[in-house]
Amino acid sequence: MSINVSFTLNGEAVSAHVASRTLLVEMIRERFGRTGTHVGCDTSQCGACVIHVDGRSVKSCTMLAAQADGTEIVTIEGVAKNGQLHPMQEAFREHHGLQCGFCTPGMIMSALDLVKQNPDPSEKEIREWLEGNLCRCTGYHNIVRAIKAGADSMRVG
Amino acid sequence: MYEFNYHRPTSLDEARKILGDNDEAKLLAGGMTLLPTMKMRLASPSDLVDLSNIEGLADISDSGDAIEIGAMVCHAEVAASDVVRAAIPALSDLADSIGDAQVRNRGTIGGSVANSDPAADYPAAVLGLNAVVKTDRREISADDYFKALFETALEPGEIVISVRFAKPERAAYSKFPNPASRYAVVGVMVAETAEGIRVAVTGAAACAYRVTAMEDALSKDFSAGALEGIAVDAADLLSDLHASAEYRAHLVGVMARRAVRQLIA
Repeated sequence: MSINVSFTLNGEAVSAHVASRTLLVEMIRERFGRTGTHVGCDTSQCGACVIHVDGRSVKSCTMLAAQADGTEIVTIEGVAKNGQLHPMQEAFREHHGLQCGFCTPGMIMSALDLVKQNPDPSEKEIREWLEGNLCRCTGYHNIVRAIKAGADSMRVG
Repeated sequence: MYEFNYHRPTSLDEARKILGDNDEAKLLAGGMTLLPTMKMRLASPSDLVDLSNIEGLADISDSGDAIEIGAMVCHAEVAASDVVRAAIPALSDLADSIGDAQVRNRGTIGGSVANSDPAADYPAAVLGLNAVVKTDRREISADDYFKALFETALEPGEIVISVRFAKPERAAYSKFPNPASRYAVVGVMVAETAEGIRVAVTGAAACAYRVTAMEDALSKDFSAGALEGIAVDAADLLSDLHASAEYRAHLVGVMARRAVRQLIA
């Protein structure tokens, strides 16, 4: 069975005709070429595929493309505006919050959801929030610092 | 994942019709268990019936002596709800301890209760708080609901609508989480309800169950000390690479005492 899916991708209305078993992350990467969203474990553990669906962070490897019909989706490609890195992206660069970089898009999308709910998270709260994001380089210290700094600069605006 | 037909009905009647027409159809709530199971090809339903477009399944309400949580309310919403926090803070904390943030943003109470994973958190709350599972055809009391491994009183095609929790006098949930998955190796809900003290365990056995010896002891003396010496039989408990049955039996006592201490503190 194939189905039509229409949604908003980084502010742009898009649609696709996909097989019902297509995963959301497959559609985003393969149909729309937004390859910043990564597939790490493909078992909803690592968080490399985290995107925002209707403002909430989700693992796009564990959602069907069909379930995205009518939603608003933001991926890592939709975070920077007018050629300017988002303050959270800038903080990851400034604090070297990445080593190989594979987990980084998911880390940033997860961090943005945290800061939306908790604009001034403590180090402990950041670490707890990152339960669902794995960094295989084990570079967590700088990731946590980057998120703290990103949250600080987002509050200052 | 094998191919299937995807449906997104807008009414319960429509959902029931699809279920009735397709023996191998399955309901899809948040998909946090079903989709990984399908990806591993451990399940291959012919049809998926996505409940997300049916009105009235995603509300949280307070009727005075009870709160009712719609089947499609996700864990993050339960954790963040002022209504839940005011009525049963232990339930807010339990919801906030499930999986990770992204799982809590998709996984639902209805899905968890219908699936009855032996290591899921909600079954301890449903049983410990003496909740009522409301379906499209009846109301099922918690004591009649959990049957066996991944088996509940739900009949084929029966749809969970909501779970109603009477407000307890007090309740606490203590959990020993698997450090990787945050599933409960053992979780214990201790509650003082209108019908008395209840002690419900998840993670340890094939499905959630009550420890009546602990309930009796706490009814006489509500203290962690009252639970000392109450042996938990390991015979029917689960054993896997995370914990042996004997260790789980030990943890039931530890988690129960921790929950009681939370309530006394």
